[in-house]
Amino acid sequence: MKYEPVIGLEVHIQLLTESKIFCSCSTKFGAEQNTHVCPICLGLPGVLPVLNEKVIEYAIKLALATNSRINKRSIFARKNYFYPDLPKGYQISQFEEPFCEFGRILIKVDGEKSREISLTRIHLEEDAGKSVHAESFVSKDETLVDVNRCGTPLLEIVSEPDFRTPKEAAAYLTRLRQIVRYLGVCDGNMEEGSMRCDANISVRPQGQEKLGVKTELKNMNSISSVEKALDFEIDRQISVLSEGGSISQETLLWDANRNVAEPMRSKEYSDDYRYFPEPDLVPVEVDEEWVDRVSQSMPELPLAKKQRFVQEFALPEYDAQVLSEDRAIADYFETAAQKVADKKAVSNMVMGEVLRVIKEQQIRVEDLKITPEYLSEIINMIDEGAISRNIAKKVFNRVAETGTAPRVVVEQEGLLQISDTSALEATLDQVLQENPNEVQAFLNGKEKVVGFLMGQVMRATSGKANPKSVNALLRKKLSDLKS
Amino acid sequence: MDLVELDFFTTREKLATREISCKELFETYLQRIDKGAHLNAFISVFPENGRKRADEIDRKLASGKAGKLAGMILGVKDLISVRDELTTCGSKILSNFVSPYDATVIRKLNAEDVIIIGKMNMDEFAMGSSNENSFFGAVKNPLDVDRVPGGSSGGSAAAVAGNLCMAALGSDTGGSIRQPASFCGVVGLKPTYGRISRFGLVAYASSLDQIGPVTKSVADTALLLEVMSGGDKLDSTSAHVAVQKFTAALGQDVKGLKIGLPKEYFSEGLDKQVADAVSLSADILKSAGAEIIEVSLPHTEYAIATYYILATAEASSNLARYDGARYGYRVPDVVDLEDMYVRSRTEGFGAEVQRRIMLGTYVLSAGYYEAYYRKAQKVRTLIKHDFERAFQTVDCLLTPTAPTTAFKIGEKVDDPLTMYLSDVYTVSVNLAGLPGISVPFAQDRAGLPIGVQLIGKAFDEETIIRVADFLERNADSNS
Ligand SMILES: [Zn+2]
Repeated sequence: MKYEPVIGLEVHIQLLTESKIFCSCSTKFGAEQNTHVCPICLGLPGVLPVLNEKVIEYAIKLALATNSRINKRSIFARKNYFYPDLPKGYQISQFEEPFCEFGRILIKVDGEKSREISLTRIHLEEDAGKSVHAESFVSKDETLVDVNRCGTPLLEIVSEPDFRTPKEAAAYLTRLRQIVRYLGVCDGNMEEGSMRCDANISVRPQGQEKLGVKTELKNMNSISSVEKALDFEIDRQISVLSEGGSISQETLLWDANRNVAEPMRSKEYSDDYRYFPEPDLVPVEVDEEWVDRVSQSMPELPLAKKQRFVQEFALPEYDAQVLSEDRAIADYFETAAQKVADKKAVSNMVMGEVLRVIKEQQIRVEDLKITPEYLSEIINMIDEGAISRNIAKKVFNRVAETGTAPRVVVEQEGLLQISDTSALEATLDQVLQENPNEVQAFLNGKEKVVGFLMGQVMRATSGKANPKSVNALLRKKLSDLKS
Repeated sequence: MDLVELDFFTTREKLATREISCKELFETYLQRIDKGAHLNAFISVFPENGRKRADEIDRKLASGKAGKLAGMILGVKDLISVRDELTTCGSKILSNFVSPYDATVIRKLNAEDVIIIGKMNMDEFAMGSSNENSFFGAVKNPLDVDRVPGGSSGGSAAAVAGNLCMAALGSDTGGSIRQPASFCGVVGLKPTYGRISRFGLVAYASSLDQIGPVTKSVADTALLLEVMSGGDKLDSTSAHVAVQKFTAALGQDVKGLKIGLPKEYFSEGLDKQVADAVSLSADILKSAGAEIIEVSLPHTEYAIATYYILATAEASSNLARYDGARYGYRVPDVVDLEDMYVRSRTEGFGAEVQRRIMLGTYVLSAGYYEAYYRKAQKVRTLIKHDFERAFQTVDCLLTPTAPTTAFKIGEKVDDPLTMYLSDVYTVSVNLAGLPGISVPFAQDRAGLPIGVQLIGKAFDEETIIRVADFLERNADSNS
């Protein structure tokens, strides 16, 4: 029998707000344990949460980017469970009446048509702290708690069970990560946990409408882990069912080292969270004016940008796709392209050289020593005939290493192209003198040797000679010899 | 008249003219606390800090720079955070908890130069109507030490009535200020929900809790309310509405006021002497020119049930943080996480608190939520509507505060349901978020005080203060 997987994803993203969702503590990652805390995020007796409005602004951005319907009124709810890294014994989240609903995200798997994935809801909540079991500083059965992360704002994005393959799930996560990075609401770093994904997965015989029993997969800290974990779990479920067994509803943890998913110890989660409306907070009310204000500050989204690059700069689809993948790259390209007539030349340099340098130096776009202004300067120098394409690469690399302005590099290293015929004449004469056989061959009608002779001139000038000028002068001299 | 019997309203004149000093006053109260130790009204007393404050405020008074409440010797119910002091909530589980911050009300009161003399005993986490549910032992009624002072702000009411402090702060979730005020013969006000910031008030039931004053006079209540009221950016549920000058409502007449008597409040279970006291107060108001109108609050009979579902649901979640993990009591020799939770909470919480946590956990559980919690929310709305309808015809309501006068210690301790009925006339006010005040008006044949309650429209404490002040001036002192 053939089985069809049905997959739904729950993604948590940590918002890049300066302060936490219900207090003014910093959200900065990597601080010393338990330093970004106050009575409120510690859940001390008597404290109350107060909503950080920036969180709503970020939520509106994601809602707009996913075409979600923003509820005019949404309410917070308490999700009750005991765990040492949850100081209040409940997490403030949303349950009934979430922030927004009915969103859509367009995904594309290589070689397939684009598909729309439906979002059930996006809601606001607070992050929990971290339990530390590291045996280096606690004894075997002890646990320490770091509360720094407690109260970091999260958005939970819940998809419909719309995915049929792990590849689609990966494409969705890639797209979602791209969107949140574009919006600047989350850095999308799955390794550091600022973006986290849980997956619900079941399989059913092909053609059957009724859903199979689902399991939940947790603890995947990269998009490829999600894909691998889903592949693993689909195989497992199909083999259990094929052998006449049945799937039990449970939560499985992905072990990336061993490439297996194993059932979670049942004590670590509860089935009944006893949700009820949070009495310490008033409903979140978002009016049209607020949405309008945020929508005016929305950046251009990846798909729109790609289309614009094609139309405005006459770039090939492929180039526009690569350049728009990352907002910083796209911005870099646009800045560089501003002062250059040949947009395709800029695109080639960004896709070829700039992306290579980023990869080699393992840096962010913002940290490139070769600024977009420098890049346009180099391309313009080629255009003006000041340097050759080959020299341009050399200049590019030098600028990328040192951050020195291209014109300074060219000057310091004497790389300016020699187009002046009088300056070339002596070198040319010498080359002709040193290669009498080739000259004779030309005179005998072998046109091809022109190329060899040109190469000799270029070598003698360390590549600085303008090939056009050399070519013209060489042909003139040789035809003079002929007559 | 003994100095300690005076309210702050009167005392402040003696302070202003330097007839007495804060220091003398404070020392006198410290002595009273010593003498009244058998009442068990205090959990902690702050002689050192208080003396320092008294000196400081005496200097301010001398230079004419003192705040509105300069020299008020104030007790604070032990579930309101006072920085660097214990905040036990009357519980073993917080018996060692020192709060690192001031509640908003404490900040405001300190800015007006009160002197905090100590923290008051109370029913554990404000759960109780007799102050017998405290880890620190029962509080005794100063008027008859065999009787309860009421609860949960029993320590506050007993201390004010026994002259161990000039005024006190309490908290009221279902009657916890008004019922003990009635039992001890003092004034107690529960303000409109949102009137006073809850920041720093340890939550029992967040949607019902309010801090309020317990005082010797309506005037002191008005003064304290003026200082404590107002929106707070640290409490999203606090209301940013104008704060009236409540003291302007003092000394007024009641001519032309329409005062409602809700007929459902005069039914079975109401002590005859209490009923008579309320009737008498109605007669006095009527003869002073008020119009007395019978009104109906038809959903009153569901109030207790509704209250115990909603309050315990919220409490079960509010009290989840006391788990032994980060602060408070943790059992020794923990085996594993669950063992730490179960034994710390079992040993740390008293019986009534455990009963309410279980009740609340149950009503929120999957499969029961609709039948209990959601239904109770709907009834709460109906109860609110009852009041709104009544307030279309009347300016305020006059009712008994409690069905009886103070009962004997131990009398109801084994019968929680009867105990819960002590709040039958007060809980609706919390459910509807309205202001209510209990003012002593009469005594029963045993000489125990009887309070009457005035219930106002939301954010109209002015009217009930006006009527309460009138009744206080015309109280029946020899019935
Ligand atoms: Zn904080």
